[in-house]
Amino acid sequence: MKAYIRSAVAISPQKTFNNPTFLDDPAEYRNSRLTSIEPDYSEAIDPRSIRRMSRIIKMSVASALACLKDAGIANPDAIVTGTAYGCLEDTGIFLTNIIQENEEPVTPVAFVQSTHNTIGAQMALLIKCSRYNNTFVSGGASFENALLDALMLLSENNAANILVGGMDEITDTSHTVLSRLGLYKRQPLSNLNLFNTNSKGTINGEGAAFFLLKNTSSPNDLACIDAVATFYKPEAATELRQFINSFLVSESINYSDIDLLILGNNGDSKNDEIYSQLQQSVFKGTLSINYKHLCGEYPTSTAFAAWLAANIIKKNNIPVIFNQGKISKNKINKILIYNHYQNIYHSLILMSSC
Amino acid sequence: MNDPVFVVGVGVISGIGNNVAECLDALVEGKTGIDKIKYLRTNHSDLLPAAEVKLTNDELSAMSGLAPATSRTAMLSMIAAQEAWAHSGLKKNIPSLRTGFVSASTTGGIDKTEEFLTHFLIDNNKGKLRDIINHECDSITTMVADKLGIRNHISTISTACSSSANAIMYGARLIKHNMLDAVVAGGTDALTRFTLNGFNTLLVLDGKYCRPFDENRSGLNLGEGAGYVVLVSERVASLLKRDPYCALTGYFNANDAYHQTSTSVNGDGPYMAMSGALEMGGLQPSDIDYINLHGTGTQNNDSSEGAAIQRLFHPHYPKMSSTKSFTGHTLGASAGVEAVFSVLAVHHGMIYPNLRLQTPMSAFPFVPETAFSRQADLKHVLSNSVGFGGNCSSLIFSKL
Amino acid sequence: MDELIANLKGQIAVQLKLKNIKREDIGDDQPLFGEGLGLDSLDVLELIVLLKQKYNLRITNPEDGLKVFRSVRTMAEFITENRVQNT
Repeated sequence: MKAYIRSAVAISPQKTFNNPTFLDDPAEYRNSRLTSIEPDYSEAIDPRSIRRMSRIIKMSVASALACLKDAGIANPDAIVTGTAYGCLEDTGIFLTNIIQENEEPVTPVAFVQSTHNTIGAQMALLIKCSRYNNTFVSGGASFENALLDALMLLSENNAANILVGGMDEITDTSHTVLSRLGLYKRQPLSNLNLFNTNSKGTINGEGAAFFLLKNTSSPNDLACIDAVATFYKPEAATELRQFINSFLVSESINYSDIDLLILGNNGDSKNDEIYSQLQQSVFKGTLSINYKHLCGEYPTSTAFAAWLAANIIKKNNIPVIFNQGKISKNKINKILIYNHYQNIYHSLILMSSC
Repeated sequence: MNDPVFVVGVGVISGIGNNVAECLDALVEGKTGIDKIKYLRTNHSDLLPAAEVKLTNDELSAMSGLAPATSRTAMLSMIAAQEAWAHSGLKKNIPSLRTGFVSASTTGGIDKTEEFLTHFLIDNNKGKLRDIINHECDSITTMVADKLGIRNHISTISTACSSSANAIMYGARLIKHNMLDAVVAGGTDALTRFTLNGFNTLLVLDGKYCRPFDENRSGLNLGEGAGYVVLVSERVASLLKRDPYCALTGYFNANDAYHQTSTSVNGDGPYMAMSGALEMGGLQPSDIDYINLHGTGTQNNDSSEGAAIQRLFHPHYPKMSSTKSFTGHTLGASAGVEAVFSVLAVHHGMIYPNLRLQTPMSAFPFVPETAFSRQADLKHVLSNSVGFGGNCSSLIFSKL
Repeated sequence: MDELIANLKGQIAVQLKLKNIKREDIGDDQPLFGEGLGLDSLDVLELIVLLKQKYNLRITNPEDGLKVFRSVRTMAEFITENRVQNT
């Protein structure tokens, strides 16, 4: 179920939106909250539509519209989104309303905007897309399910081009709550040193990334998505290795065919043990980079990783920030993204040059 | 992709019954589950009727095996999914199947989040963390999946009122792509202050018992519940001793792309969803014997859905009814609950009544059924769902 | 009445998140819906909430809302009339 990535756009805690350069000026953060670097939305979105949009909707709509524009597609055959938290800000506003106003709420719009499929729906409304529209809220596998749905649609011949996205936002409340749950680093540190301390905790992140996938190739494609798979709560390391082995077998590739691994290490020593074990076993000797020091940890971070992979393949260049120095391979043909979110969902996304 | 998918298990809990048998009895006897709100603590209990599941959280806990402090949404999901899974006989008879759980919800654990936030808003260090960790819709799904022992593929979908239909569609397609052999698919939603007040601010709730497709209808009543079907491939169906209930022969999702909360006057979204499902099933409109309407009872929905039906089915209108006149609008669960009712309709040859219909809508030449009836030659049943954001889905269940 | 109209304009801009619009930009008799300010049915609901919250006046039917909210002036007239009745 192969798909061609015709365009990919991300808004993230890095300068990724509307930037001709590729991560050559990494943004540094010295706290545990990486917030998206947002554009002037009045340039990206019709001002009359913006007034009700919360941050997550603006980030997503701006990325999605830019993605469509780059691909030269006005109206895709389907819109599929993945978001674990949905429209958190509006949910919080309406809930707070109900509690503080004793069930006499003062903003109907916040309720309407809080539904998880608002992003996909907003896109459909803006571009008048009457086709298939679905939203996955599958925690750490939300983006992966959106991708899988899109790949299935393309192979069912029900669609020739599909807009797929993954997005999540941080709100003050969500950051406070997740901090109370002990997810983040206690001591302030630079995100660029995230993997240099052997300590507990990660850093919070957010972002929106959209892709225009097609079932036919064109000269301007960035890369291909070959396959995506998720694995739920592996009961042992052997099971996990078996999952990865089976995935590669089904794609008829060997570990030696993987030119680059993009791994979901998030700086938490316990969380990252899994990656370390794999790099000493099945991934031994494979060139790898991490990505969460750039975007932070959040359930749909693999959307950022996929954006990263697509650009690495297209430009055949791994940005300096990844400290890879000189690479022996001439061409980066195959990238495997492996990530797990809180050891609940493990996912693999295989991408290749077209 | 044209291989059929079969329904081999059904499970449901709603305002009219705690399982399939009880719900079926109520549908046959015309007993609505809409009543004054008794279980949810809300300031609106005297003003807004709803179809609550007639069990306290402690009772749901005992039935579901989940702790009493668990989200009501999760407990409802557990009960219905467990019933469907047990009915299917799959776990007992063919334990090594690749099985998935695709569940849908709009509220997730928000009933517990409300409790958390009440304390958190006063002091950010207050509020029990156990009340907030299952806020996400996916947490509800994984809780139930773990109890059922299903782990090959877990997904959660949320597209407002069409959520469960999209979950059933996705489950069917995972089977057709040979990624899974069996899928428990459907959805769940509990009545919460969030949704009750949300719909109340939109001025779409009826202060009386709702009257879907009545000329003088004045809004919807909310409900709560969960409904799941167990889908399998033809190969797996052939390994089971019992015949499947029916086949899922058609489905389609389309977007109305008109307004965030209203459907277009001509019902473009529902029209596309229904005609797409028919096309997929290789069926003509005249092949449909019964439509389980989305039929919420709002001015807008019933006009739009009615317009779409008129466009598609004229002059051969099938029998139709809205079972939301029994269960209220169960939001993310509605398409799952109504899928179960549709499966039972085609399997048993039954047509449910549309309760409290006194004055048919003058705009349309068709009238929903007002009495329960049996029809042995019922072959194809169409179930409609329309959600916020213009998300429209239709499912077709066909007799074997 | 003029003061009420001026206050209303500010309150409308805030309730409906009309960020780039100043009070001077909203005409007293300018249609709020359709081609005027381009508001929609969700805005009717927001204005209904505004009336309740700021002026303690209830509208239960959105269709009544459309008549009351035709312009800022019709809103002000409705408030003045019904406030008098309440006292």
